[in-house]
Amino acid sequence: MVITGLGAVSPLGVGARPLYERWRDGESGIEDGLGRCRDFDPLSFLSTKEARRSDRFAQLAIAASEEALADAGWPADGEPPYDPDRVGCIVGTGIGGLGTMEAQHDVLRDRGPGRVSPLAVPLMMANAGTAALAMRHGLRGPAQTTVSACAAGSDALGAALRMIRAGDADAVVAGGAEAALTPLARSAFAAMGAVSESGVSRPFDARRDGFVMGEGAGILVLEDLEAAEARGATVLAELAGYGASADAHHVTAPEPGGRGAARAIERALEDAGMVPSDIDYVNAHGTSTPLNDRAETEALKTALGPAAHEIPISSTKSAIGHLLGGAGAVEAVATVLALEARTAPPTLGYDEPDEGLDLDYVPGGPRAIGNGRAPVALSSSFGFGGHNAVLCLAGR
Amino acid sequence: MATTTVTRENVEAKVVEAIAELGPDIEQVTPDATFESLDVDSLDLVELTQVVEEEFGVVIPNEAAAKLTTVGDAIEYVVAHGS
Repeated sequence: MVITGLGAVSPLGVGARPLYERWRDGESGIEDGLGRCRDFDPLSFLSTKEARRSDRFAQLAIAASEEALADAGWPADGEPPYDPDRVGCIVGTGIGGLGTMEAQHDVLRDRGPGRVSPLAVPLMMANAGTAALAMRHGLRGPAQTTVSACAAGSDALGAALRMIRAGDADAVVAGGAEAALTPLARSAFAAMGAVSESGVSRPFDARRDGFVMGEGAGILVLEDLEAAEARGATVLAELAGYGASADAHHVTAPEPGGRGAARAIERALEDAGMVPSDIDYVNAHGTSTPLNDRAETEALKTALGPAAHEIPISSTKSAIGHLLGGAGAVEAVATVLALEARTAPPTLGYDEPDEGLDLDYVPGGPRAIGNGRAPVALSSSFGFGGHNAVLCLAGR
Repeated sequence: MATTTVTRENVEAKVVEAIAELGPDIEQVTPDATFESLDVDSLDLVELTQVVEEEFGVVIPNEAAAKLTTVGDAIEYVVAHGS
């Protein structure tokens, strides 16, 4: 199954290529301890009415989908280049329309139940991203939403892969979106001690103190390889494999030694028919939390063996923060572009190695990958609740 | 909460403003404009009834709202039911 289109809105701007290029060049989208999509204006993509009918998380997904479909060469105002009944849609999220939920709760509390908006439910529901894209682009195949916290975006792509392989769709528009920079979510993550008090995202570094919250959306167009070639599509990369597992350990802490994550990595490799020596780059989950970065390092060593020490590993979260349900998809977008450019962006802010975290986290600047051939990458996402999702992406 | 007195001017001004906020261009929101032409649907009408109730204290029940087809219909209803 192949990827023919990419779209993203992130703290590094509107667009997939700005995201990749700015990250590669060492730019950070984090300001005042948050990764906001400052450049995003919903009204450049939506009418007033459409904007009122979607929570910010769905608005981000819509904007990213416009770019992705155009990138794939799908007609702007028409139907997809396949029977619409055979085009699926899967947009994952962590919490969905939280901003709307908080605002409408204020209305309920301050003005009474009779003033709650008739649009509250359609805006809050976690499937609103999927519904919005299906409606906007006339996608009439199976439409689902993956909800697995920080793994939701990767799980959406994995579900898309399975949908196409199962023959339930010829193409799927899939990704993830999150806009949870709300008073409640920010307080809640802070109360857990999960967010960085310093406001700095420095994955794998000894001084890391938690993640930086971000918002954004990543959408990819995935097509059956033969169908894509038949319509003359430009193939950006192949989604070669997907592996998933559950830690069954703790609501937030990863399984010690990263055993669950290691299993997901191994399954992704197996699903892709690859071995560790085939891997040229790892786009890590790399949240900049003390626990994840250590467990993830262990997981990579377990799953990849000695190859783990040879493979460059970098974290997009070092440049944009943690996009929660959007992370897996936005990072997949960046990884595809890294494969295309044969260049892995660096882990920003990495200066002080931590004991036991002794892998190559691509400090300093970008790194050539692939050794002259089309590189292959893994992209990992590990969500609260112990959801591990790993994608294997192969360049062309 | 204090409500605004029902006069034709007040009601027309508020109804037009409220409908324009739902999406349509304000110049198109004239008394003879149909909700259909303005792309105002049943969910929008519920929001309009909430605004009207909060502003004028006039309740438009669902069955009555379903019969309103133009901006003018909404204005007339409020004027007729406001004391």
